[in-house]
Order: sequence, then structure tokens, then C-alpha cells
Amino acid sequence: MQHLDEIVANAQQQIENAKDGNELEQIRLHYLGKKGLMTEQMKGLGKLPPAEKPAAGQMINKAKQAIQAVLVARKQAMEAEVLNAKLASETIDVTLPGRGAQLGGVHPVTRTIDRITEFFGELGFEVKNGPEVEDGYHNFDALNIPPHHPARADHDTFYFNPELVLRTQTSGVQIRTMEKQEPPVRIISPGRVYRNDYDQTHTPMFHQVEGLMIAENVSFTQLKGILHDFLHNFFEEDLEVRFRPSYFPFTEPSAEVDVLGKNGWLEVLGCGMVHPTVLRSMGVDPDKYSGFAFGMGVERLTMLRYGVNDLRSFFENDLRFLKQFK
Amino acid sequence: MKFSEAWLREWVNPEITRDELTHQVTMAGLEVDDVDPVAGEFTKVLVGSVVECGQHPDADKLQVTKINIGEDELIDIVCGAKNCRLGLKVAVAVVGAVLPGDFEIKKAKLRGQPSFGMLCSESELGMAESAEGIIELPADAPIGTCVREYLQLDDVIIDVDLTANRADCLGIAGLAREVGVLNSIAVTEPTWENAAVTLTDQVAINLQAPSACPRYLGRVIRGINQNAVTPLWMVEKLRRCGVRSVDAVVDITQFVLLEFGHPMHAFDLAKLDGGIEVRLAEQDEKLTLLDGKEVKLNSDTLVIADQNKALAMAGIFGGQDSGVAEGTTDIFLESAFFAPLAIAGRARAYGLHTDASHRYERGVDPVLQAKAMERATQLLVDICGGSVGPITEAVSAEHLPAQATITLRRSKLDRLIGISIDSERVEEILTQLGCEVTAADDAWTAVAPTYRFDMEIEEDLIEEVARVYGYNNIPNIAPEAALTMPLHNEATLKLSKVRDVLVNREFQEAITYSFVDPDKQLKLHPEADALILPHPISKDMSAMRVSLWTGLLDSVSKNQKRQQNRVRLFETGLRFIKDDNAENGIKQQEMLSGVIIGNANDEHWNIETRTVDFFDLKADLEAVLDLCVDASSFEFKAEANSALHPGQSAGIYRNGKNIGYIGTLHPSLAKPFALNGTAVIFELELDQIITRKLPQAGDISKFPANHRDLAFVVDEKLNAGNVLKFIEKIGGTELVGINLFDVYQGQGVEEGKKSLAIGLILQDKTRTLEEQEIAESVNKIVEAVSMEFHASLRD
Repeated sequence: MQHLDEIVANAQQQIENAKDGNELEQIRLHYLGKKGLMTEQMKGLGKLPPAEKPAAGQMINKAKQAIQAVLVARKQAMEAEVLNAKLASETIDVTLPGRGAQLGGVHPVTRTIDRITEFFGELGFEVKNGPEVEDGYHNFDALNIPPHHPARADHDTFYFNPELVLRTQTSGVQIRTMEKQEPPVRIISPGRVYRNDYDQTHTPMFHQVEGLMIAENVSFTQLKGILHDFLHNFFEEDLEVRFRPSYFPFTEPSAEVDVLGKNGWLEVLGCGMVHPTVLRSMGVDPDKYSGFAFGMGVERLTMLRYGVNDLRSFFENDLRFLKQFK
Repeated sequence: MKFSEAWLREWVNPEITRDELTHQVTMAGLEVDDVDPVAGEFTKVLVGSVVECGQHPDADKLQVTKINIGEDELIDIVCGAKNCRLGLKVAVAVVGAVLPGDFEIKKAKLRGQPSFGMLCSESELGMAESAEGIIELPADAPIGTCVREYLQLDDVIIDVDLTANRADCLGIAGLAREVGVLNSIAVTEPTWENAAVTLTDQVAINLQAPSACPRYLGRVIRGINQNAVTPLWMVEKLRRCGVRSVDAVVDITQFVLLEFGHPMHAFDLAKLDGGIEVRLAEQDEKLTLLDGKEVKLNSDTLVIADQNKALAMAGIFGGQDSGVAEGTTDIFLESAFFAPLAIAGRARAYGLHTDASHRYERGVDPVLQAKAMERATQLLVDICGGSVGPITEAVSAEHLPAQATITLRRSKLDRLIGISIDSERVEEILTQLGCEVTAADDAWTAVAPTYRFDMEIEEDLIEEVARVYGYNNIPNIAPEAALTMPLHNEATLKLSKVRDVLVNREFQEAITYSFVDPDKQLKLHPEADALILPHPISKDMSAMRVSLWTGLLDSVSKNQKRQQNRVRLFETGLRFIKDDNAENGIKQQEMLSGVIIGNANDEHWNIETRTVDFFDLKADLEAVLDLCVDASSFEFKAEANSALHPGQSAGIYRNGKNIGYIGTLHPSLAKPFALNGTAVIFELELDQIITRKLPQAGDISKFPANHRDLAFVVDEKLNAGNVLKFIEKIGGTELVGINLFDVYQGQGVEEGKKSLAIGLILQDKTRTLEEQEIAESVNKIVEAVSMEFHASLRD
């Protein structure tokens, strides 16, 4: 039996020293092949007395298994080495930039409009659009701004002729919507508006979002509630908000809403309860229904939210500015 | 409206600080824009008297003075002001005084003469931008008192931005009423004794347009001292309300305007030819205004005229010829009520805006005329002397605005505000605002005060109650509404999806002005008849866009000037096309437009650099169109467009209808648009892609797909798209994929021809296709294509 141990030890030695798969195969054949040493050992069993055969056979099988195990282990190790070498040769610089299109971006004004319409959309406010070249009726008269009303002079309106203007506010969409719909309504109307004014803090075109809710018991407390929630959502801050009495021909009571910024109060929107004259021009009975409306300047909100300092940068479309908004 | 805090506090003086006061009125709807001190910071400036005043021995323009400031010794001061004279009361900055700008007064010698202080001008005390001479204090100014105290210079100018409905606050009286209400305290009006009437002179007044002028008061005052000087207290009050002193008569009318919010006008009695006519102007009637400009009047303009001519634009501006001037001794004083609608818009029509027109077009208290007249008369007599005639009043009572009687229902009040405010408080607020309030069952009747002509309807009262109650005392409550789920139409493509596709393909969204340079637009669209703004910001912003290309290409150019050479922009927005069938004659269509220029990629370590071409943008556009899940409805047809390269432009079609264009910008346009490189652009009508199909899932075949590649040689002018469409049509259900993977011209292909390499995928849903079946299908396609297009298979 001494002999078997020696064979196993030799085999182990040779397997360890084998340099490649070929050599390993030769070793396998030498020990475990049909004409290999272990086969010969098995053949030698016949010469033993029958009583010793089982034990001796077991010993040989054990030895075979031992060699087999070492062989497999060595083979796996060799394969791993080869693979590792291959992988090592395939190493790339993972810090190099990726290939293919990068991400563009929507305009920050669109981003703000999307957020606003999403907030109100979740409350069932439907988005409505209207024309930008607007008639005097929808832009002024129906909103309780008759000709010669001082508020008309305040608007710096772009006129095409006395009856046709570039809309100065998105409020006209309220009227257009109500021409086709009955209360209850909840609409939100974003879009471009125009004023003939151009300096550091005014551009002749800017964006407003108008909101309108009309139902049987809509109240000023609710207007306050919804705008309060909106502003906290928009800025994601527990900002101090104040409602300041103001005057718009199309709402009464009217308010301007200020938020407390780092440098004091900043006006962010105007709002109020829809004026009965306006309700009537919408075909709505002011004794049955009431409503609130609000309008906000998108650029102002965007500037506050993202730290934009120059209003005019919104319309210069400088890629270096736009690319900051992903 | 600018006003002096001190003046206001003469009328109503709540025990609150300045900050509290400005906050309080802001929160009541009178928004305070600015609070400015009425004078600079200074110390040790005292009232003094000039007791000696002589020529400086060595300087022509200087005077040597001795000043009494109430101390034992007189002070020597050298002064350069021309108006420095013996007996004058002056503001003396003594040695050690610090004037605005940290200017310290020290002992000095001026041309050899000692000077121990300075006699101050208004500008030196920060009371004016500039000044002609030193301040002349009243003769009764007590010597030695601090000038800051004497002139009440610890006052501020409060600039309040009044809304159009609050004309009642365009005077101290109205502001005081408001502050009184907010603090629930009484207002103390100034009192005076009306000037005694000693003359009998009257000027007849004829109201020819009584609806425009229902009340007109006039009065003759004779023998005024034309050299009278406006007293300092009045000059200061005017100054602190933003009004410059002109002369005594004008100052007095301005003072009454500021005090009561009531405009007044003084005519030179000698210039009147007969009685006063208040009438509408003749069309093109001429009038020279106080500023010397001659205007041609419109017939909608109310004038004050005499028997011969228009004297003044009523409620807007006086006339030069009839105005008070040097040499005027007798005046005719006007105090009138003009109806807001008769004045509104008129001043603007002449490019005018005056303190009077500002008030009249918003409204003036219709019962205030007599009081204003008496106040102005008393001040005139006090300051300028003169004898006073009786007031002549012409009135058309039926045309005077009636005081509104308004019913306020408890139910409406509660419904609109959302909470119930105590009845007591409601009544208190309305009463304090000047309403005569009668309570009834669940309602109040309020008669609005004459000065609150903005109160007309129930909602006006609700606003007043809410405003004085305090908006911020009204709670925030979330609205309640039925949870009705609105319709969501999946087949309507959302604009945000379109934007997302482009953003994911590296586009930046742009927003360009809707008005563009008409010349540039014409270069792109020579046929366009754009809507033109008659009064634009500038000419290059005067034409409404007929496509978004002008704005986008301008943005490209601006970016390239800032070294941004690779630009990918898109925009959505309206274009404006004249169309008689559209509302207001303008078709306003929402467009989607895009432009690319420069390299296909940013320079990259592993990608070859090349510039973009038609097919880059076409792929972007196809990705957008893919959102419609309706690829077969779209088609690109070679089609000319004035803005595009004639050989590289296509009309975009959906179901046979043109919905837009894509192409390489016409090379001749690169220069006018200052572009560096070749731009590729597209534009389409968004509403034409807004309808999409819902996906319809088919079975996925479990059997193998068979790929066969074919190369057809066809005429080089043949559009590959036609071949692909044709194969698609005849390929049968087994043909599940077609891909044009190569277009080749050159060696091996006959001149004038090209080779189109097309990969076909054949597959059946129910079984594995036999080799023979595949061959038959392919042959069928080859034969049909050969017939249709005179094509041959490439060897």
C-alpha cells in the first residue's frame, strides 16, 4: 500500500508543476488513462486473495479520487489564470466619457409652467389655451375693463388696431372657456402675454399662468388656502406669505400675494374673487355661483426658484444659460 | 401719490410708529413703494439772523456777515449767496456742525476774513438737489432754535402706489380718513374762517355739456399782490408731496389739490371775454396750453371757454393766454366737478398727464367744490391779499352722480369671504368708512359717502369689509369640490412627450419672441404677408412670425457669436397667418420647429467628428413622429421651400396632407442670418401630430426569422423610399422587416445608376418557412421590383 501513497504524492507533484493544459492532460493519461498507472493497479487486484480485494480496491479508488481532485483543482486554477490574463489585457479607462447623445433640456419657463400645471392638475384643474392675438372684448371689455378705464392705460398694450391687440394677460382664456362650459369649472391657463415695455425688469413678452375656479360656494378663504399650498409647494419652503388688498377690474375682493424673501417682501401673484360683471359676461349667475381667479408671472417665479438674476436671459436662448436646466 | 408723514399726522395721529404706519396702509391696499427722508442727516444748524452784512474787501462775490444765533456774541460768517442780506433769518451751521455727506464745519478764513460757520442752502441740508441761494426762513423764526426741529425735518416722504379705484386717497384728507378707519380714531380737519365777500363781481357760467360738467363754481378775486411769496411752510408741504413751488397763486391751487385731492384752476380775469362756457371743443379748435404747446382739439374734449375762444382743457390743462402771469392782479378762480368719463383717456390722447387729469379721470368728490373754493380763497387772501367776490355756482343736479345705496346681504358676505365676520364689526367698518348704515334682517343698507364713488355694488362693500378686517385675519381653507375624474384621452399626444423625445436627443428648448425682424422673415418667407405691429419696441421686433425659423436662426447666430458652434434647438409656439376665415382674421397655429448646426457630436475621443446633415435631423423628427404609432401615415416628399436648399428639402405629409417642411437651410441665407456652417431645420403643425394611434399588440412569432439581403441597381434619380414602400406593399404577411442598409455608386455600378442594398426579414407566425418558400417570396419581390423600377439585381 506504501506504493499507492507514493503514486499519489508523485502525481500531486507533477500536477503542481504542470505548465499548461497539455501537460496536465499527459499527466492525467499517465495516471488515470486506460493504460495509466491506476488502471494497472486495478488490474493487480486480481492477484490478491478475495478477502483482501474489497479493501485494496477501496484504497485504489481513494487514490484515484485524490489525483482526480488535484487535477480538477489545478485545471480550474489554470483556466482562471488564463481568463485573468485575458481580462487584464482588456482593461479600459472607465473614466473616459461615454459615447452617444447627451441630455438636452426644456426651457426653465416651461419647467415652471409644467410644475404649476401639475400641481393644479392634481386638483382637477384642466389646462386651457387661447389665442395671443386677441380682440378687445376678450382682453378688456369682458374682463370689466371698458375703454378709457385707467387700467387700460396701465397695460402698455400692443395694438394692431383699436379692436385687436396682443393679449396683455391670460385672463381672456377664462372668458373663452366659459363661453363653452358651465360651472363647476377649474381651469389653468399658461401662456405668452405681451406688454409694450422693455428694460432691465421688463420684456415685451413674458408668461403668465391664469387659474380659475367657479362653483357654488367658492370663497376667499379657499383662494387663500389653495395659493398658500401652491406657494409652499412651489418653493418647497415654509415661506411667509401675505395677502395684500389690491385692485383689478376683473376681481373683487382683489389681492396681491407677497412672499418674504431675503431682501423683503416680493410680489409673486395677483388674485381675487371673480367680479360679478365678469361672471355675467361669462353667462354665470353671480347669485348662484362664485369663483376665484389668480394670475402669476412665470418668469418672476422662475427667477426666485432658480436664482436667475436677469429677466432678459430667458429670451436670449444662450446655450450656456439653458444647459443649466436639465 | 407722495405725501409727508408729518402733514398726515396733523390730520390724524395714531399712536403707532412710522414703520407700523407704512405697514398698516400697505396691508390696507395702499401699497407703500418708498419712504424717503425729507432732509439729509445734519447737526448743529440753528436759526440765525443776519445783523450785519457787508461787501468782502477782497472778493467781489463774497459778503462778510455777523450772525445772531441768540448767544452773547455774534458770529462772523463769510457767505457767497446773493440773497444773503441784512435782517434775513437764516439756517446757520455753526462750528462743529456736521452736514450731509459727513461735511464738518470748522473755523476758516476766506480771503483773509474769519468765518465761523456757514449759512446753508436747501441742497446743503439735503432738502433739494440744487438751490439758488441760502434758505430764507420766515421773519418770525425764533433765533437759536434747531433748524431740524423748526422745519420738522424728521419727516419722511411716503410714496404710496394707489390703485385706480382709490382716487379718494389722492389727497391728505382721504389718506387721513383711511388711517382713521384703520386705527378707529377720529380725523381732525384743519379749520379756517372763510374770506369775507366784499365784491359783487360775478362771471356768468353756462354749462353747455352738463353731463360732462354738472357743477362749476367760479369766483372773482381782485387786487392780489403779484409779488407775494409763498410761505415756507407751504413750500415745504408741497415739496414733501413732490410738487415744486412756482408762484403763490399756483402754489395755493396745488396745495388745495394735495390737501383735499381737488384740482383748482385760476384764470387771469382780465383775459376773459364775457362769461364762462363749459362746452365740448369744436373739432380742430386750437388752444395753446400752459407749456406753450399748441394743440388741435378733438370734439370729445371738454373745454372751458369764454364767449370767443377755448381757454383751457377742462380738468386737464390750463391755457397759456388765460393763465395767471406776471402782471395779473385780478383772477377768476375755478372749482369744478368734471365727470370721470368725460375726462378719461382725453389727456392721453394729447400725450398729457397732469395732476388734475389724474384725479378727474379717476373721480373727484362731487360735493367738495365749495369747500375747496373757500379753502383756496382763504389761503389766497392770507398770502396774496385781494378782495373777494361771491361764489357763482352753475349746477345741473340731474347730472351729478347720485350717492349709491347698496344692500349687503349677510349670505353673500359669508359666501364670498368664507367665514362669518361679526355683525357689529361689519357695521363698525362700514360706518367708519363713511357709509350711512341701516341694519335689516340678514342684510345692511349702506349709503356710500360722496368721496367713495368707487363703492357701487355689494361686492365693493364686501371688499371693504374684508380689507379693513384684514386679509391676513381670514383663514386659509382648502377648496372643496366633487372628485369628478376629467377625461384623459390617450390618443391625444401630450406636448410634454414631444419635448421629452427632443430633449433626449440633445435638443435645448428655446423661447423666442413672437415678433421678429420683418426683413429677415421676408428672406426666409418672401411670400409671407405678416401681421405688423404699428407701435413695436423696435423695427426688428415688429412683424408677427409666420414661422418659428426667424427666431430660432437668430438664436443660433447669437450662440455662435459666443463660441457655441454646435447648436440644437427646438421651440413650440404660435405662428400668425392672415386668414379671412379665421377668428379676427388671424390663424394662430401652434408649431413645432427645430434647428441643428455644427458637429453631429461634441468632439469625442472615440467618435469621428463630422458635421450634421439632413438625415441627422430627419432621424430626430422621425423619432417624434414615432410617438404617433402611425408610421405609415407619414411621408417625406421632395418639395421646394423658399427657405430651403432646393435639392435637400422635403414636405412632411400625414395621410396625404402637408403638415410641414424639413431641409437644409438655403445656402444663400447663411450670410444674412450670420450663420457659421450649414443649418438643417424643420417645422410642422403640432395639431397634425397630436392625434396618435393606440398600440395594437399582435402575436409574436415563435418560428425562426429568415434574413435575405438583396442589392438592386436602379436609376440614380429614383427615390429609395418608393422602392421600400413598394416592397412593403407587395411583400405579403411573411415579410416582417425591411431595412435599407447601403446605397452605393461607383465601381461595379453603371454610370447613372445606384445600388440599393436591402435586407428582408421573412417569418411566419404559424410555422417554420421552408427554404423553397423563402426563395419563392424573394423571387417574387425581385421580379416585381425589377418590373416596377427597371431594376436589376447587382451581381
